[in-house]
Amino acid sequence: MSLDDLRAIYQELILDHGKSPRNFAQPQTYTHKAAGYNPVCGDQLVVYLNVNTDDHLQGCHFTGQGCAICIASASIMSEMVRDKSKAQVITLVSETKDLATGVRDEPNDAIDEDDRIRLTALSGVRMFPTRVKCATLAWHTLQAALDNVEEVSTE
Amino acid sequence: MMHTSPLNDYDLPKIRAQFPILSRKLHNERNGGVDLVYLDNAASAQKPLAVLERIDHLYRHDYANVHRGLHSLSEAATDAYEHARQTLADFLGAPRAQDIIWTRNGSEAINLVASSFGERMHSGDNVIISGAEHHSNIVPWQILSERRGVEIRPIPIDDDGHIELDQLESLCDQKTRLIAITHISNALGMRTDIETATAFAQSRKVPILIDGCQGAVHEDVNLKDMGCDFYIITGHKLYGPSGIGALWAKQEHLESMPPYQSGGEMIRSVSLTGSTFAPPPAKFEAGTPPIAQAIGLGAALDYINAVGRKNIHAHERALTVYAAKKLRELEGIRLIGRDHSHGIVSFCLDDIHPHDVATFLDHQGVAIRAGHHCAEPVMQRFGLPGTVRASLAMYNSQQDIDTLIVALTETRKFFA
Repeated sequence: MSLDDLRAIYQELILDHGKSPRNFAQPQTYTHKAAGYNPVCGDQLVVYLNVNTDDHLQGCHFTGQGCAICIASASIMSEMVRDKSKAQVITLVSETKDLATGVRDEPNDAIDEDDRIRLTALSGVRMFPTRVKCATLAWHTLQAALDNVEEVSTE
Repeated sequence: MMHTSPLNDYDLPKIRAQFPILSRKLHNERNGGVDLVYLDNAASAQKPLAVLERIDHLYRHDYANVHRGLHSLSEAATDAYEHARQTLADFLGAPRAQDIIWTRNGSEAINLVASSFGERMHSGDNVIISGAEHHSNIVPWQILSERRGVEIRPIPIDDDGHIELDQLESLCDQKTRLIAITHISNALGMRTDIETATAFAQSRKVPILIDGCQGAVHEDVNLKDMGCDFYIITGHKLYGPSGIGALWAKQEHLESMPPYQSGGEMIRSVSLTGSTFAPPPAKFEAGTPPIAQAIGLGAALDYINAVGRKNIHAHERALTVYAAKKLRELEGIRLIGRDHSHGIVSFCLDDIHPHDVATFLDHQGVAIRAGHHCAEPVMQRFGLPGTVRASLAMYNSQQDIDTLIVALTETRKFFA
């Protein structure tokens, strides 16, 4: 992979979301919360969810610090999971992990077009094996929040 | 590319030719790829042909287990293995080779001291360390603290990254059992004034451990004069193989310290009701040791001596000064620490996360380390998630630094 490919992947979405992350705040109220930590690089995130009574995510926010890939992934995630059911979100989490780690190359057909594009862009990190965990930290943390686990580590 | 040193009389092309890995290409090699610029030497240095060939020769001609076989190969391997111990003793200016204990790495050497020398410490005693230490000179003491109630007293570091040795006076008391500090910081490259530290320790009759994992690489060490009680090295940063390190300690400590690990090799006699132990160094070297690694390290030290330590250190010093100057001229660079003469330069590029910088530099062929460098307290002291660290070795050139500067400029342009 060349420097130009690298530029393209960063350019596509990571710079935008990495520099001005969406939903980057601690909300006034939330129903689920979890902290995620990547001990290798020191990235840390807290994910806050608002899950309503019919099990839909009304909101997803996050705070923390990390590299551009980590923050961008969390930002993209916070937009993607909004208004989805818990079951849909759980599918998205495993889809993202599979794509980022190269278990599968293409997103599942069941996933809608917008999300497929974003997932494909995010999964570009599998070309840098050392950075995959930067991209998956937010998703692990979201999963932990849904499972009512307070803390999760990528190791 | 012609590689040059800031010094006229340093034969860099000849040295670089001894390190085969330096000529490899990275990324898209089929289309030519990019040249490797290896600036992660403080993490581990590359190996010269002398080391590769020595290990190859050992396994092809002289290999057997050491200190036990009554046959020719065992004798040859034992001779080579013990010769390497003598080579390291000479390299460090140690009066006796028997005071060198082989370990797996620097961490194990410090763990050995914490575990064995720490055995005689009790609740209420204290150990003084510093805020500049590598995790390997922090965590073993914390574990000792949990086990035996020993208090850890860190010496703070100032805004320039120097250990505030004038604080020793107030930190040290009747209950101080050891001072354990670094020779040269791996995270920032600053050199501790170890002369002052050892003189203080001697005046208070407190033993002092110096972590020389970086120090022995970038500076002459003469243990006869240094006045420390324990000195730590690791082989892979000295151009030797991984899997070999060493502890040097004063004879009186080694004789009174209990064994660290136990098993074969370290005993005098064993019965099913009890055992007696061999004298040092065997007492601390249980099991089959890293034979080829020790011999490989001996070959690395011979190679360093052949190039000349004074020459290498002068080259590294001049090149570190060159790197710091070039970095200072670059917009967006913030150097962390003030001491830029010992092969290590640590910095931040704007507010771009060090790991993003590392990925961009890697794609331009430049290998650096990014992050906390196994020295999280140093990063906490400066309020940083991490830094970018360029660290130099005998084979680095002005052109390597120039490539780093171009790569950083490109990276900055992209994130602007």
